[in-house]
Parts: sequence; C-alpha cells; structure tokens
Amino acid sequence: MSETTRLAPPSAGPEGDVFGATAADRFDDAVASRRGEVRGRSRPARIIAFLVHRPFLLLAALWILVVLVAAVAPGLFHTQDPLGGDPIDKLQGPSAAHWFGTDQLGRDLFARVLHGTALTLGAALLAVVIGLVVGSILGLLAGFVGSWVDTVVMRIADVLLAIPSLLLSLALITVLGFGTVHVAIAVGLASIATVSRIMRSEVVRVRSSVYVEAAAASGNRWWRVLLVHVLPNSGGPVLVLAALEFGTAILAVSSLSFLGYGAQPPTPEWGSLVSTGRDFLRNAWWLTTAPGVVIALTVLSANRVSRALDTEGRRSR
Amino acid sequence: MTRYLGFRLLQAVGVLWAAWTVSFLILYVLPGDPVKILIGPDASDVSPAQLAKLRHQLGLDQPLIVQYVHQLGHLLQGNFGVSIGTGRPVIDVVGEAVGPTVQIAAAGLVLAVVFGGGVALLATVTRFRWLGQLLLGLPPLGVSIPGFWFALLLIQWFSFGLPIFPAIGDQGASSLVLPAITLALPTGATIAQLLSKSLVSTLREPYIDTAWAKGASGGRIHLRHALRNAALPALTVTGLIVGQLLSGTVVTETIFSRPGLGRVTATAVQQQDIPVVQGVVLFAAAVFVVVNLIVDVIYPLLDPRIVIVGSRRRLRRRLETGIEPEAAPETVPEGALR
Repeated sequence: MSETTRLAPPSAGPEGDVFGATAADRFDDAVASRRGEVRGRSRPARIIAFLVHRPFLLLAALWILVVLVAAVAPGLFHTQDPLGGDPIDKLQGPSAAHWFGTDQLGRDLFARVLHGTALTLGAALLAVVIGLVVGSILGLLAGFVGSWVDTVVMRIADVLLAIPSLLLSLALITVLGFGTVHVAIAVGLASIATVSRIMRSEVVRVRSSVYVEAAAASGNRWWRVLLVHVLPNSGGPVLVLAALEFGTAILAVSSLSFLGYGAQPPTPEWGSLVSTGRDFLRNAWWLTTAPGVVIALTVLSANRVSRALDTEGRRSR
Repeated sequence: MTRYLGFRLLQAVGVLWAAWTVSFLILYVLPGDPVKILIGPDASDVSPAQLAKLRHQLGLDQPLIVQYVHQLGHLLQGNFGVSIGTGRPVIDVVGEAVGPTVQIAAAGLVLAVVFGGGVALLATVTRFRWLGQLLLGLPPLGVSIPGFWFALLLIQWFSFGLPIFPAIGDQGASSLVLPAITLALPTGATIAQLLSKSLVSTLREPYIDTAWAKGASGGRIHLRHALRNAALPALTVTGLIVGQLLSGTVVTETIFSRPGLGRVTATAVQQQDIPVVQGVVLFAAAVFVVVNLIVDVIYPLLDPRIVIVGSRRRLRRRLETGIEPEAAPETVPEGALR
C-alpha cells in the first residue's frame, strides 16, 4: 500500500457520508438517536440481548471466562494434586473419577491441564503485554512525530515482518535461554512489528483530524495532545489486535513448549502436556487430545471475541 | 521496466542486509555471553584462561562494531560461518536441509491452495445458506487448531488406527502425505479466509450483474469472472504464506522425524548454535524477499490495471488522453496473516 492511500481517510460509507447529509437528515438522525436513548434498555441488558443473538460468541466469551477463572483459582474446579499420583492408576481412560484420564505416572490429567492454565495463559498474557506496550510506543512515536522517526521505525518493522515470527521467537530463545518467561518474552518481541504498524496507521489517521488540530491550536502541549486526544482515539484497533494476538500467543507459546523450550517436565503446561502424551499416542489417546482440545477451544474463542470487537468497533466509528 | 526491476533488486538486497543486521543484533548484542552459550552450562571446569582463548579464537573479544564489519565481510564473500554443533559450514548445513523441506512445503502449498480455494469457492457458490455458513466456519477453526496436536491426531488416525501412511521418516511419497496435510491446515485456512472475503465483495460488483444479465452460467461467472479478479488480492500475501509454511516445518519435521530446515532449526536452538540459527533466519528472509519480488513483478502482467510506480510516462499519457487508469483492487489488510 502506498503512503498516499494510507494517509487518506477511510472512504465514507452510506451512513458515514456526513457531507452528503442534508440538515433534515441530520435532524432525523438526532431525533432517532435521542428516541433510542430514551426508549433503549440499560447497557447490560443491551449487551445480553446482543450476545443472545450470537450464541457462538456467547459460548466463546463464557469459555474465556471459565479459562481465566481456572488460571486464577484452579482449586475451584478440582482438588486433586497435579503433581502427585498413584502409579496403580496409570494410563486410565477418561472416567467419572478422572475426567481427562490419567497419565503414565497415574496423575490426574484434568488437574494437570487445570493447573497448566495459569502458566500458559500467564505466558501468553505477558507476551501480549510486551508486544502491545513496546509496539504501541513505537507506533505512536512513528505516527505522531513523523519525518525520519517514522521512516526508521517503519523500515525496521518491514524488515522484522520479513522474518517469520516463529523463527524470530526461536532466534530470541537461542540467546535468552529456555523457560516459560523467556518463551513469553520471545513471542512478545516477535509481535512488535505488527502492533507498531497498526498503531502507526491509526495515529496517522487521528492526527490529521480536526479535533487534534483544534487541541494543538488552543495551546495544549504536544504530550497532552498525544496522551489525551490521540491515544484514546487510536487505541480501538490495537485492542482488537490484542485479543487476536492473545490467541496467536497461546498457539505460539504452546508450540514452543511442545518443542521443549518452555516449562520443564513435572510442571504442567498445555503444550508440554501434549508433548509428553506423544510417547503414549498408540494406547492413550486422551493424553494428547484433552490438552489439544483445550488449546484449540481457547484460541478459537479468543479469535471469535476479537472478531466481535472488530465489527462492533467499526460500526461505532 | 528494467529500471524498476533494478530498483526493486537493490531494495531486496537492502532488506536482506537489514534482516541480517537484526539477527546479528539479536544474537550478539542482547545480554548473554555467546561463549558461555557455546560451551554449555555443564562445562563448569573450563578455566577463565581457556574461556579467554576461545573468545579470542572466535573474535568475540573485539568491539561489537569490529565483529559486525568482520562478519559482514565474510558474508559478502559467501562465508556464512561454521556450525558450533557439528563444525560444518552453515551454508552446507542449510543447503542440505532445503531439499526435503521444499518437498513437503510444496506439497503443503498445493493442498492448501486446492482445499482453501475449494472451501472459499464452494461457500460462495452454494445456494444453501446452511452449507455456506458451515463452510465459512471451517477456516477460523483451521487457524485455531495447534499444528502439533493436529499432526498427532493424523498419526493416531492414519498410522495407528488405519495403517495407511507411515508415522515417521521420509521413505517415498506416502510419507509425504501427513506432513503436507499438517502444513496445509493453517495455510489453507488463511487462503480460504482471504479468498472468501474477496470473492464475496467481487460478486457484488456491477460487472457480475452484467454477466448474469447476458445469460452466463453460474459456473462461468464464479470461475471465469469472479475468481480471477478475487484471487489477485490473495496473491499479494504469497510471501507471508510461504513464511508461514517455512515456520510450520519446525514443528512438522520434528513430529514426523523428517530431515529438513525445520529440524535443523529445532536442533540449532536446542544446542544454541548461533551461526546456524542466523543462517536459517537469513534464508527465511531471502525466501520472503524473493517471493515478494516475483509477485510484484508478475502482478502487473496478471492485472493490467496496476501501473508500476516507475512507468509514470504511461500513466501521464493515459491522463492526457483522458482515459483514467482504474483504481487498484482492494488490498488485503496489513498483518492479516499474523
């Protein structure tokens, strides 16, 4: 995409075409929105109505909620020990006593997946936060300062995008060493380029709007314009990206720990649980399937929520 | 055109240099002692004198800028360094691994294009709303399933359940099937997502209505009129798709115990073999750059509406004659693949 097309404001749709609207149209709009506000239901009620019409979104949101609760307080769901087990019970299929079956040492797999949640989600969250903070700062600077800062930051981002993110993470792990925190840092740093590019294009869009000009003209300091006027109005797409990156980060973190660069054995972690189950694939299918399904469902839900945020964000803009 | 090509080649070399510099910065400047990494954590009996000697041997006692210029000089002479793990030149290690990887990556790409394209086409062609919805639900599922688990599922079903394909190794074409399917899953899902989106918007264009009005059959409209235009935006992300395939080989080749670039990478990271990791990163960047260059060069041939920036003269002539060049087709959103 060329610089000029990126700088141009997004093309106005039928409802966004403000210049084409007559005074009468605007009056009607104002009346309609006013009426809607008076008659409209309360905010929580509207959100519930919105979700009921989208059952998959509702399920996705509920699943994310359950997984988050499991990460914070695994004891609420289950009380068995994820590390200790009875060897007599080894390699038993899913049953009422052991929902996900037991592993080669007789440990309850459900408890292990449950206690692995905190580690996997924590690592994914750390990765998203690192990518978001560093990427946003770079994108904000590039978009707001412009000139050579913009050129330098965006060229570096282009180069980083030329390297597949998994390989970039692997290169970082080579230097940082193994372990869940290092994996999270590597995954987070590998996502900086994407975040900074989206942040920059949003900032460029917002910077050229009239209210920013007005804020600058009325004597606000540049940092005040940046923090109070530009940042809150350009954060939307970045937050959508954050939800999407959360799913991607879960996949990346669990892939890297599947390869053995993350949590080391007795500690349960989603990716490494699948990796351990690999040795018992022939006669204990549940060892790989249970954590695999949990990862897939969580990533799917995160992507679904991100898509909903995206469409809603676009509509409200 | 020659001038444009020359400019693009120069730009490609620039990106490669920058990618190499980034990998140098990551691998040598970030906190961490390459010598300590080299000898590994177990070698605690190495005396400081030996460490210093090794450091001197590898040139690591010199200032970073000297090391950088030194290595860049070697690189320009085609010397990519020596693997720490095996002591062989990196270029040989990577070069040997490329062959088997190209095999599964090419097979994966073919599967991804066929199935991804098929799903997108079928979802827009079908008259049954439920089938369209069902098919459009597949790609989001495809990008969410972790590749390593999907590979294990395939082994479980098609190697242990129904013994059709071998679980590991690289003997013959039948051992290519499962790795190729594993690689094709996320890539095919991405292609299906992009293509169905662009098909839907293309089918709303007025020229499609014209074709219907003239009595063209549904198949002809979808395949000849819509697909050809809708496939163009998907072509622009070929570089990212190839990158996705390449990084997918790390997991795939590890699970199916196949030799190749992904396996080399996994081993190099395990042994913290910095020169090999740097070689693989540079190779991946080179592939990305070359693929993008090819796409950019052939794009105007496939879509004559695109005017190359360099050939302003043609554009000016068109403007002077009063014939406006049409707008470029909608481009794919940035970062759609990440």
